[in-house]
Amino acid sequence: MTGNVWVVAEQWRGHLSEITYEMLALGREVADGLGVPLTAVLAGCGIQELAQTLGCADNVLYVDHPLLAEPIPELCADALAQLIEARKPCALLVPLTNVSLGVGTLVAIRLGNSAVNFCKDIKIVDGKLQAICVMYGGKIEVAVEPAGGLAIVGVWPGARPADKGRSERSPAIEEATVTLEDSRVRLKKYIDPEADDVDLTKQDVLVAVGRGIQSRDNIALAEELAKALGGAVAGSRPVIDQGWLPLSSQIGKSGLAVKPKLYVALGISGAPEHIEGMKDAGLIVAVNSDARAPIFNVAHYGIVGDVLETLPALTAAIETRKAASHHA
Amino acid sequence: MHILVLLKMVPDVVEDLEIAPDGKALDLEYLRMILSESDDHALEQALLMKERHGGKVTVLALDAPEVDDALFTAAAKGADRVVKVVGMDAGLTTRQAARVFAQVIQSETGLMPADLVLTGVQAIDDLDGLIAPLVAHELGLPYLGIVTRVTFDAPGQLVQAIKEYSGGVRGEFEVKLPAVLGMQAAERPPRYVPVAKVRTAMKSQKIECTPAPIADGGWLAIEVVEMKRNEPAGHAEMLEGDADQASGRLCGILAERGIF
Amino acid sequence: MPDALYLWVLTLISFGLFGRRAYSYVKVLLGARAEKRWDHVGQRLKLVLVNVLGQRRLLEEPVAGAAHFLIFWAFVVYATSFFWNLIRGLFPFLPIPFADQVPWVRVLLAVFGVLGLAALGVAAVRRYFFAPPRLEKSRDASIILALIAVVLISALAGLDFPEVARAMWWVHMVTVLAFMAYLPYSKHMHLLASPFGVFFGSLQPGSVPAASEGAARRDEFTWRQLLSGLACAECGRCDRACPAFNSGFALSPKMLMHHMKELVRGDVPSGPGDGDGGGFIGDVVKPEEIWACTSCLACMTRCPVMNEHVPVLMEMRRRLMGEGNMDKSLQDALKNLTRYGNSFGTAPRSRPKWTQQLQFSIKDARKEPVQYLWFVGDYASYDPRVAAATCAAARVFRKAGLDFGILYEGEYNSGNDVRLAGEEGLFETLRDKNLASFAKAHFDEVITTDPHSFQVLKHEYPATNGARSVRHHTQLLSDLILSGELPLRKKLGMKVTYHDPCYLGRYNAIFNAPRRVMAALGLDLVEMPQNRTYAYCCGAGGGRIWMEDPPAIKERPALTRVREAASLKGVHTLVVVCPKDLVMFQDAIKTIGLEDKLEVKELSELVEQAMG
Repeated sequence: MTGNVWVVAEQWRGHLSEITYEMLALGREVADGLGVPLTAVLAGCGIQELAQTLGCADNVLYVDHPLLAEPIPELCADALAQLIEARKPCALLVPLTNVSLGVGTLVAIRLGNSAVNFCKDIKIVDGKLQAICVMYGGKIEVAVEPAGGLAIVGVWPGARPADKGRSERSPAIEEATVTLEDSRVRLKKYIDPEADDVDLTKQDVLVAVGRGIQSRDNIALAEELAKALGGAVAGSRPVIDQGWLPLSSQIGKSGLAVKPKLYVALGISGAPEHIEGMKDAGLIVAVNSDARAPIFNVAHYGIVGDVLETLPALTAAIETRKAASHHA
Repeated sequence: MHILVLLKMVPDVVEDLEIAPDGKALDLEYLRMILSESDDHALEQALLMKERHGGKVTVLALDAPEVDDALFTAAAKGADRVVKVVGMDAGLTTRQAARVFAQVIQSETGLMPADLVLTGVQAIDDLDGLIAPLVAHELGLPYLGIVTRVTFDAPGQLVQAIKEYSGGVRGEFEVKLPAVLGMQAAERPPRYVPVAKVRTAMKSQKIECTPAPIADGGWLAIEVVEMKRNEPAGHAEMLEGDADQASGRLCGILAERGIF
Repeated sequence: MPDALYLWVLTLISFGLFGRRAYSYVKVLLGARAEKRWDHVGQRLKLVLVNVLGQRRLLEEPVAGAAHFLIFWAFVVYATSFFWNLIRGLFPFLPIPFADQVPWVRVLLAVFGVLGLAALGVAAVRRYFFAPPRLEKSRDASIILALIAVVLISALAGLDFPEVARAMWWVHMVTVLAFMAYLPYSKHMHLLASPFGVFFGSLQPGSVPAASEGAARRDEFTWRQLLSGLACAECGRCDRACPAFNSGFALSPKMLMHHMKELVRGDVPSGPGDGDGGGFIGDVVKPEEIWACTSCLACMTRCPVMNEHVPVLMEMRRRLMGEGNMDKSLQDALKNLTRYGNSFGTAPRSRPKWTQQLQFSIKDARKEPVQYLWFVGDYASYDPRVAAATCAAARVFRKAGLDFGILYEGEYNSGNDVRLAGEEGLFETLRDKNLASFAKAHFDEVITTDPHSFQVLKHEYPATNGARSVRHHTQLLSDLILSGELPLRKKLGMKVTYHDPCYLGRYNAIFNAPRRVMAALGLDLVEMPQNRTYAYCCGAGGGRIWMEDPPAIKERPALTRVREAASLKGVHTLVVVCPKDLVMFQDAIKTIGLEDKLEVKELSELVEQAMG
């Protein structure tokens, strides 16, 4: 394959997202595997200094345009399409996050190219790029090879550790220009969530509940465990949608990304949207009645069983132990 | 006001998923299909807006097992017209499905003009693209995804839409109509319609069938090399025993790690 | 002559007022939905004999019951004498004496007058000093007590003091005429309405109203449902018995009947759009009241006038269901039931997974003929907390040498609770799926370990493939014990208590079969204070197990019930025979932290122990 491997650096509200570095780490491996350079593409308005942190790449392509100040998928895709037509990379890695959702698809269709979604890993097989993707809520893994000269791949968060994508190196930065028309989609303002007493991102221990908790009343059991462990209760999307926990407790794609020392996932199946929010926790323990639940892929310890039985048993075991050590 | 809703059936993951003998696709034998969850939200959003502003809701779906049930349910919930595209090849990818949608929308009478085209933000089998941006591109319409609230502003010209970001942040957008929106969640959970009402809809309403256009390929596909079940073997250390035994062991592990 | 003239005038006024009002009620009832209640006249007359003449349910509360019995019979005697006197007074030329001129009538009047007054005294003291909770202490009630007192005192005074006899006669007649005019405006309408209510009462109290689109307008309820409002005497027995009310839910069965009374009278909006907001449902009766009912039937079992609280609630639920007005967890359960045939949202293929825990395989009744088709039920199949009991039952059946089988994936939720949640269409779908499975299988009898399924299999499914009988497993075990076919090796000798499940107890009067089994096991049964028809519901019925509890609940029914069990000295085991009871009580014990004091056991587990 000829042409560089491009990684789209995701900028949002003045910062580069963590996934940028994860994808740089992945892109580095892919580029090295194909024997081609790695380019980071940064599009925005007046954010050139952010390009300095992209040293893991061999060079940075920086596009400055007022219409790119906020990430509107159609505009980002237009800009990328123009750059790709001019420079012909062999691969484009696009983040699968709320900010960038749709960009990969739009670039692909503008160029008449294929796109691959749901990618969690990339391998080089016989000199060709092979994307390992998860489908069906994480239950199925599929290896695909995009046809043609350009592989457009949407990458899940967590494909590689972000640290591997950071570098002290200063990359070569090249400015590129694109022509963009006013979009029919306009961002008016951001609405930040109300500040809450408990900031879950600062907790050392999180006890998270999913559908398996079965009812609002049972959340009290999770609260007891959280209290015993000195932590707080969080939830996956279905629990928040039911109204059993507030929006500020949501962990996952549209919620918080957390890195506690301990993350206890109770009755959470482990769809990629949730994993995204907690994969970096120090110690992950999962309880689920389905032995095949994808959560066991990221957990360090797992218990296959009924959440409503295991949860109180665990709380009791911990309190007994604490009481014993106090008296010792 | 006219809202067009696009529905797609996807494999129901409540059942165990099996791989077909060729190792590249799902085994269809025990597979059941269910309406994609965010498409259900798109339909609910459309119905809510019809209740508020009047007008019509048209539902368009591609033929698949159990799609009739989804369409009659949509009719029972209040959709004015339900249309099914028939005669396609089996096993279309998302990209191919979007192409069929776009072509039918343009050729079938009465689907256009629409003020809004609503569909789910993403389905669990969207391996090679997303319906909403693909259809938007083919129709030359603006697109916004991960939408959780839609309000008509200056009816016929603009909508205000809320898009979800991470960390509970939301973005307030203005979109010129007509537009395609990928719904993450409707303003309230999809309504329940009693079985009796669906049965009544089966008797009183018709699903219109329209033939699929000839497949015209014309873009680069992706090739599936291998499909397999994502077995969680090898990552988590599983703690055996009944609830008391397993949690006892876990408690020990947590204590060792100094968690408490 | 002038006497008769005055009497005519007063009578015409009184009857006129009474008649006009009573007729307006009759018109409302005639305009309501039809309901067939003219069948089995003999049985109905017996109900009247026992409940109206015999005042049976009232006597469940001995003091109030005895008082009311006497007041009732005093009333009967005095009403007869009044009409006699009225006819004689209105038509002075008739050759009959006045009632109080006949010696044996005088004796009757005297005896019942005194007894009546004494009873009235007891009733008044109870009402004003020792009122039980939920007794409606209205001005109306006080007026009635006063009027009755005047009626009786004036009669007795007339009998005993001839110098005031004439005056007392007039006082008496005028008071009764006034009472008559007032009656249809007061709760004492129950005098007239309740005998009809009893006669037209449900011969099978647990049965579900015929399929309908539900009711939100006055004319959408049936005449019998509306009659309940008029027959209600606001005694409060239903509220005292109701687990939802006593737990702090919004529902008060008594207030529900009161609202029906208001509806018939036209005092409240009679349908949607009539009032400021939603109409009868919404303004008068709130959805949370309608959803709070567990269908335990305690209210209807205690009600002396056989009012029909549960059917009224069910009709309103059907309407709310049609509008989709329910909480999300109920909605999700119904979606799962529609799609997967169970409320858990688990694949139908997983239904028989519990059988993998057994050392033997159970016959598939779809593939080979069996004598007993065991309808297992959702909770017994899918809920891991019940698996131990389900397996114990399987082992018991096997050790007893029964030829039994199950339907495996061919079984669906029986639909009982779906129907009570108001989803009639889904009930029919589930029923038809089950019937299709039955049609393909070969069996003689149906047994089930699930009382909810038992209720609907026995009463709401058409003869299931010609099965000779439908029995709950406690009935089967009891029958086997009686015929000596259940091999029991040990006596268990421990103290236990037993919870009568609503669907065996109040619904089907199955009390003795489980007790016979426990006795045969050598168990020392200590009865719960609230047992048999007084058993306190666990709170799961009526679809409530699929619904969320409102935050204002004081203590959920299951918690109250396990406290009751734990209060029994020497008792550490609560025996249940319903999977939902098992789940509800296990949870309750954990919630209160009574694990050291009490454990829940399904009867099959104990039978297995006794079989050795």
